[in-house]
Amino acid sequence: MKLTCMKAHELHELIKKKEIKIEDIAGAYIDRIEEADKVINAFITFKPEEIVKNAKRIDRYISEGGEIRHFTGIPIAVKDNICIKDVRTTCASKILSDYYSIYDATVIKKLNEHNFLFLGKANMDEFAMGSSNENSAFGPVRNPWNTERVSGGSSGGPAASVASFEAACSLGSDTGGSIRQPASLCGVIGFKPTYGRVSRYGLASFAASLDQIGPFTRDMTDCINLYNAISGHDEFDSTSIDMKNKKDYGFKAVENLKGMKAGVPKELMIRDIDSEVKASILNTIKILERNGASVEETTLPSLEYALSAYHIIAPSEASSNLAKFDGIRYGLRDKDAQGLREMYRKTRSAGFGPEVKRSIMIGTYFLSSGHYDAYYEKAQKVRTLIINDFKKAFSKYDILVGPSSPTTAFRFGERMDDPLSMYLSDICTIPVNLAGIPAISIPCGLSDEQLPIGFQIMADALREDNIFKAACVLEGEINWKITPKI
Amino acid sequence: MKNLDDKDGPDQPDKRFETIIGLETHVELSTQTKMFCGCRLSFGEKPNSNTCPVCLGHPGSLPVVNKKAVEYAMKIALALNCRINKRTIFHRKNYFYPDMSKNYQISQHDLPIGIGGYVEINMGSHTRRIGITRVHMEEDAGKLVHSGATGRISGADYSIGDFNRAGTPLIEIVTEPEIKSPLEAKQYMITLRNILLYLGVSDCNMEEGSLRCDANVSVRLKDSDRLGTRTEIKNLNSFKFIQKALEYEASRHISLINSGKKVIKQTRHYDDKTQSTKVLRSKEEAHDYRYFPDPDLVPIDIDDCWIKKIKDSIPELPNQKEKRYKDKFGLSDYDSSLLSGDFEISDYFEKTLETYNANPKGICNWLMGDFSAFLNKDQISIKESRIKPEHLARLVRLIDEGKISSNTAKSVFKEMYAKGSDPDDIIKEKGLEQISDKGELEAIVEEAVKNNPDAVSQYKAGKVKAIGFIVGQVMQKTKGKANPALVNEIIIKKIS
Ligand SMILES: [Zn+2]
Repeated sequence: MKLTCMKAHELHELIKKKEIKIEDIAGAYIDRIEEADKVINAFITFKPEEIVKNAKRIDRYISEGGEIRHFTGIPIAVKDNICIKDVRTTCASKILSDYYSIYDATVIKKLNEHNFLFLGKANMDEFAMGSSNENSAFGPVRNPWNTERVSGGSSGGPAASVASFEAACSLGSDTGGSIRQPASLCGVIGFKPTYGRVSRYGLASFAASLDQIGPFTRDMTDCINLYNAISGHDEFDSTSIDMKNKKDYGFKAVENLKGMKAGVPKELMIRDIDSEVKASILNTIKILERNGASVEETTLPSLEYALSAYHIIAPSEASSNLAKFDGIRYGLRDKDAQGLREMYRKTRSAGFGPEVKRSIMIGTYFLSSGHYDAYYEKAQKVRTLIINDFKKAFSKYDILVGPSSPTTAFRFGERMDDPLSMYLSDICTIPVNLAGIPAISIPCGLSDEQLPIGFQIMADALREDNIFKAACVLEGEINWKITPKI
Repeated sequence: MKNLDDKDGPDQPDKRFETIIGLETHVELSTQTKMFCGCRLSFGEKPNSNTCPVCLGHPGSLPVVNKKAVEYAMKIALALNCRINKRTIFHRKNYFYPDMSKNYQISQHDLPIGIGGYVEINMGSHTRRIGITRVHMEEDAGKLVHSGATGRISGADYSIGDFNRAGTPLIEIVTEPEIKSPLEAKQYMITLRNILLYLGVSDCNMEEGSLRCDANVSVRLKDSDRLGTRTEIKNLNSFKFIQKALEYEASRHISLINSGKKVIKQTRHYDDKTQSTKVLRSKEEAHDYRYFPDPDLVPIDIDDCWIKKIKDSIPELPNQKEKRYKDKFGLSDYDSSLLSGDFEISDYFEKTLETYNANPKGICNWLMGDFSAFLNKDQISIKESRIKPEHLARLVRLIDEGKISSNTAKSVFKEMYAKGSDPDDIIKEKGLEQISDKGELEAIVEEAVKNNPDAVSQYKAGKVKAIGFIVGQVMQKTKGKANPALVNEIIIKKIS
């Protein structure tokens, strides 16, 4: 089997047995990226000579008897909004196109403890704002299944890199579905953990109360391993959950889903769902039932308002988070501007793309005095309703299921001029971010046009185990082996 | 130490008006590290040497609250008789400024740590209670140095930023608008600084900006119940300036009103050179700070147990100390109030007592008398003086034990003040020790009696005062070192 087609845990077995050198893995991936990324454009920063250098270092480490952990020598791509010391972190924005991070994100520190093989910085929508990865200052990311189609956003790069075998796995970030939606569109597994389970330290913020780092993988074993590697309490992130006072649910693989109760929120199934997507989801639900789970339709009435609440909270926080990009201390600066105000204005006008500007303008409006109560505060109240709806649902069900995206991958430009239709892409994923609960997207089928469809599984906060159980059983049953042509 | 008399300054130039002042005081806390990161706090280091991704506002960095700073804030709030909010949260205050690394300041908005307290200030003839609206936590910004003549950002060729100060924990203490005169405002600041020094939460160094205040001023006719238009004077960083600036500003308002003009709501700056205020910016372009809860920081829940722990850690405060000085040492109201009213002096007083506690009143007299006079003359604080507390204690003890006369003590003190030397060394070096040796004195007395028969016979004739002349002769002979009581005793024994 080709090295690039192997799962991380399969590579790990070979590495452990010393049957393969990291340098060889690196070589295979470098070749693959050089070939495929001409079309896919999954990487913003890709430095083959650095990868080889690192691979040799890891080989030396192994030969000197260094501990081989799950991700030792495993080639991983990292979304370009996650900081790595001395590596360019652009957030796919012109304003940071020359910015080199001065420190490692906590997730990177954790993976460095494994001696992972860093492949490069993955493309994304600028500052993680977008649902198609068309809003990148470094060009769009193409879908490996059909290069006329979008890869989804905002983690289009990390998703496409795993789907097209340019990386064994990758890290993305999910603010309103930015992991699950591109995972769904690219036919890979994308997991958004409970808010606070993975440190956000070193993740350039889009909307701090919604952002969460998570893994993209090609199977569940890798997903669980990568989640375990990056999660845990971090004293540098005060929203990080300290499990000392909470019960940590360890995951145990199961044969079937007997006793598991699943709910299907009708709010996620009715509107704007492609018939093909719907059919595939219903089929997957049948597989759940066949494997012993009891499934019934349920309702979470407040989900109806999730999209509106999200599109108030996210841009509001973003307008404040992005204020630091002003040309003063780092990043782009308009050098000809006369005076401070003009420098701010020209730098930010030139540095930010249209979607980011739209977010900043809208968010500034929502937070300004006179509008705060009517928008931001109200949105937070809706958020509380959504949290309560989910709480109620999880008192009855172990998991909730539905589609990850209402449609399969759409064509480039199709929704670019219609922000509202674009925003609908995240309708299935957004409620989860507002509630801070974990959710996964796993591939569950192909459309007639040979485009992947994603199945979403949600669970209560900190009940990642329930998601993993269901996803592992489904993975075995669906037998997902179809791979993209590219 | 200043006289606290009410009639100290030209407060109310036009008696028909009254001045209403509200103060917002910023206190830089003296924690080891910054408010939201682990960077060390220290003044005067190489620019940008104490910085990290968090206080530089780099992408991805997140704030984490310094627990010590929260405890200091609680300490201040409790010492100012505030109620502690059981759940306190941080907001973001959004505005662009180049010394602010994130372009928002993490501050507190509707749930500050402390609300509704008061400070009692001593106005000499009476005590005033000034209401405290709120005590809240925030972070300081960095510093900019502007090139060019004006020293302001507009018109500078370039500006350089130093972020060492960025993220320094700041406490803002806001009073109710009920301070009635510039003198009261100054006295409030003196009292507040004293309390903060007692708490040990800040060095309160006004020159370095660790204690500074903004003042809101308005005036109104005394029978009016409507507040006049107010102006804000920014960054007052000395007691003198606070009073001067407010006096200027109040009279500016009054003359505007008297000449039929309107006071415009604006932010002003006090210029020490011209002793006047100048407009900084007009309030019309006031900022919309777009406050919202900082999503990077979780709420801080404060339980009774924590409050109690902090309460118990609050040391004796000035008013308690004043009472103790009266009760335990028998000091006068005046002495107790002055001593406790200055943290450094009371601290010095207590250190002196650690070495010699038999005569607190005597020590107090030195502190209030010669010592203060010397310090005032040189415009230095007691902390900067060369006299060590144990040396002052020794001096008082030497007087009490009759080793030196109080006259000699004055010259010894002068020497101590100038050189910082030990009083024993000075006495030894200059041979100033009082002669209390009976044998030695008897010989001198004998001679004086022999040389002054007139005085002796006057004494014998019942003119008791005549003995003073003989004592004087002995003193002259011994250059004032003879123990006067002993001399007296020997003379009487000799001639009666
Ligand atoms: Zn720092």
